[in-house]
Amino acid sequence: MGDFDFGIIADNWRFLAEGLRYTVQVTITAMIGGIVLGTILALMRLSSIKPLQWFAAGYVNFFRSVPLVQVILAVYLILPLLLQFVTGKMIPIGAENSAYFTFTIFEAAYYSEIMRSGIQSVPRGQVGAGYALGFTYGQTMRLVVLPQAFRNMLPVLLTQTIVLFQDVSLVYAIGATDFFGAADKITQRDLRPVEMYTTVAVVYFVICFALSRLVKRLQARIAIIR
Amino acid sequence: MNYHWDWQFFFQEADDGLKYYEWIVSGLGWTTAVSLASLVVALLLGSVLGVMRTTPSRWLVAIGDTYVDVFRNIPLIIQLFLWFFVVPELVPNSIGIWMKQDLPYIVTAVVGLGLYTAARIAEQVKSGINALPRGQRFAGLALGFTEWQTYRHVRLPMAYRIVLPALTSEAMNIFKNSAVTYAVGILELYFQYKQIIEKTSQVLEITIVVTLAYFTLAFLMNRLLAFVEKRTRVPGLIAGTGGK
Repeated sequence: MGDFDFGIIADNWRFLAEGLRYTVQVTITAMIGGIVLGTILALMRLSSIKPLQWFAAGYVNFFRSVPLVQVILAVYLILPLLLQFVTGKMIPIGAENSAYFTFTIFEAAYYSEIMRSGIQSVPRGQVGAGYALGFTYGQTMRLVVLPQAFRNMLPVLLTQTIVLFQDVSLVYAIGATDFFGAADKITQRDLRPVEMYTTVAVVYFVICFALSRLVKRLQARIAIIR
Repeated sequence: MNYHWDWQFFFQEADDGLKYYEWIVSGLGWTTAVSLASLVVALLLGSVLGVMRTTPSRWLVAIGDTYVDVFRNIPLIIQLFLWFFVVPELVPNSIGIWMKQDLPYIVTAVVGLGLYTAARIAEQVKSGINALPRGQRFAGLALGFTEWQTYRHVRLPMAYRIVLPALTSEAMNIFKNSAVTYAVGILELYFQYKQIIEKTSQVLEITIVVTLAYFTLAFLMNRLLAFVEKRTRVPGLIAGTGGK
């Protein structure tokens, strides 16, 4: 432990910071896209139209039963094939860009389950009240139900986002340079696994631990208001 | 789409003399082995930690809480890399060399995945125990049980039944998470998937087959635990009446 070389971290901090920035970007993109897509899926799941229910249930169950690493690789390889089929041209996407797409569609399945229980936690009378005021279905959802569902589920949505933030490290499978990927590439070059992997682990821990404590406090505040 | 479908390739011989479908079968075997072994580690350690976090001893609670915080806030792939590449450098030299040379990869991978999952199981076990009325413990103590006996005979048997659905989903997750062990050299299903794509480029066929394989594993685990749930349910409880 005595020869822990902090110099190697100082020398490479810029590359690591770039990686961390990519990880954060993927996390935020997938969080926003995933919650939007997930909410739509949750509404489909709870609608009275059978085919929509089936589609949403199938989507969610599918993505929840396959390992994320497999989805990351499969999308990276299959997406160009699909694009080629649609546009007729070969469009190179790149590992970095394909991850944005993969995480959005994958996390949507998890966010959708959270939004579904959020919507179900809103008392039925609220929907009735919306209709009684002359709101359409869309207005009732947008103005009455979803804001409350979202608010009730905010801590759970954020906890899922912390999980997502950690899961981004799996883009290792397609060689993208996220935070962990950056550390791994430096390790391959300089052969300092102890310094690099420990740094990544500590930084991940500090960020996720701090965020999860914040979520806990938020949860306590929301619980009092309700 | 000018994709060339070819389902026959599974029966072609790969360069090591085995057929591609045999690679998948062997990957499936390793996935099952790693997952089940890790699940055993996770259940044992997770139960101990979960119990520790509900005891009156402040020290035990602190140790259990810290463990869960640490192991839940570091991504699995990084934890595995720590066990494989960092820990052998930090321990005394002779042990480090033994870990690198003689300890089978699979043992390190199982320990890594097991310790990671244990944090999640500890959360479930703790919430199961806390879901019980306090009177259960008092009743046990009043009967002359020691603290440990109240866990063994009164609280744990109920707590496990309460959290069995949550444990089922952890048990299904462990099959998915075991795919990450490919990164530290375990030749499990995902590793074979990746390798077959590199050799044959038949992405779609192999994706369909491997996805179905993971589905099947998760489904079997789900059915197995649903059976356990049915056999162990307590008559008269709400959870005991419905339950598929």
